[in-house]
Amino acid sequence: MIRVENVYKSFQGVEVIKDINVDFEERKTNMIIGASGSGKTVLLKCIVGLLTVDKGRVYYDDTVFSELSFQKKKDIRKNIGMVFQGGALFDSATVEENVRFPLDMFTEKTDKEKYDRVNECLERVNIRNANHQYPGEISGGMQKRVAIARAIALNPKYLFFDEPISGLDPMTGIRIDKLIEEITKDFHITTIINTHDMNSVMEMGENIVFIHEGQKWWEGDRHELFESENPELNEFVFATKLAKNAKDQKKR
Amino acid sequence: MKPLKELFTHIGRYFILMGRVFAPPEKKKMYYKRTLQEIEFLGINSMGIVAIISIFIGMVITIQTAYNTESPLYPSYLIGLAVRDILLLEFSSTIVALILSGKVGSNIASELGTMRITEQIDALEIMGINSASYLIIPKIVAAVFFMPFLTIMSIFIGLFGGWLGGVFTGVISSADYLQGIQFAFIPYYATYTLIKAAIFGFIITSVSAYRGYYSYGGALQVGKNSTRAVVDSSILVLIFNYILTQLLLT
Repeated sequence: MIRVENVYKSFQGVEVIKDINVDFEERKTNMIIGASGSGKTVLLKCIVGLLTVDKGRVYYDDTVFSELSFQKKKDIRKNIGMVFQGGALFDSATVEENVRFPLDMFTEKTDKEKYDRVNECLERVNIRNANHQYPGEISGGMQKRVAIARAIALNPKYLFFDEPISGLDPMTGIRIDKLIEEITKDFHITTIINTHDMNSVMEMGENIVFIHEGQKWWEGDRHELFESENPELNEFVFATKLAKNAKDQKKR
Repeated sequence: MKPLKELFTHIGRYFILMGRVFAPPEKKKMYYKRTLQEIEFLGINSMGIVAIISIFIGMVITIQTAYNTESPLYPSYLIGLAVRDILLLEFSSTIVALILSGKVGSNIASELGTMRITEQIDALEIMGINSASYLIIPKIVAAVFFMPFLTIMSIFIGLFGGWLGGVFTGVISSADYLQGIQFAFIPYYATYTLIKAAIFGFIITSVSAYRGYYSYGGALQVGKNSTRAVVDSSILVLIFNYILTQLLLT
């Protein structure tokens, strides 16, 4: 389990996240939602250790991850996979080399074993015949899927996604969401997704944390989301007419 | 006060980055592979430009020296000697380093800067890889080992250019030129120039990597940092040229 305890983070005197306490449930699809600039990406980066917290602690199981040195964090990081907003694939490497990279760095597998694992991961994300293409030669949706394949190559325990479907068309977005859901279930991974896409939240959100102005404003699952009377949450979640109508219909 | 504070901030961050760069590598095999790639990328791909510049500079030095020493008091083989010493002491190490700080420096800074803003560096960190070491050390090793080779190549091509320019314009005979380039040769000058080349290689790659690694924002900032990388490494090459000359030749 990942636990965030009284976490604060500020930049040049401006507090971006304040006193956040969250438990991210094991083997579930956890979601951090909030408007742009609400601090959700900063929170995610604090959790994975890309940013150091000013105050508070981040636990991975019983280990205080936020207080470990870079060297000591390595062991936990081997259990972490992350898919960045833009995919963050290495431009100078092919699709195959990208997925193979963590295997080259952290395993002693033979070339054949690595090749098989790469193809297994690519197959899992429904990518075929693109092994020798460069990230610049494939679509945004494919890049995201390759990034997922790279993230699962080492069988991580925790998988993080930062805006996984931003910039994708709705159909591709749905496919990526489905894929994330399947991977979470199939590999028993604890997934944390940072998003402001309400379709994803309604489809997958098992544990949802709403961040508003850098603070945790609300927490619950997707069913409770409909029932909530929290004005800020309602304003954010049901901002579109379509969503508002859906809520009204459900009430009726 | 502000520029001074900024300068010391940069110096401090540069040394912190170097501390991370020289940490023990995660997997030596991968570093070795990357170093070979960087030797090709930074070194072998620079051979063409170094050769072109060296041959023409060799020609020009010969002709200029010949026209400026038109006196019966000076034996004509001195033209060859002047070409050799100019190439050996200054041109092939310092001027080539300045040219490479433009080519290689901007390349390194923009590569790392783009990796930073597209979160590729973050992706490495998430995996538990020391991104500073993994990305920068192969570049430094490649430059430190390859710069002396480029310098030697530049000296020989420059000497050949000098011969070509001198003989074909008729300002010096082939025999005089060949006598000149062998006359009063001090082998230590070669050691001096190779030491300088290796140090300049380190300066160009590490300073440019520093600028690129700490990029932020977008394409504009990456562009600005690439320019800064070239300016900073050029200035440092000139400063260290003076310091090394003082240390090694006096």
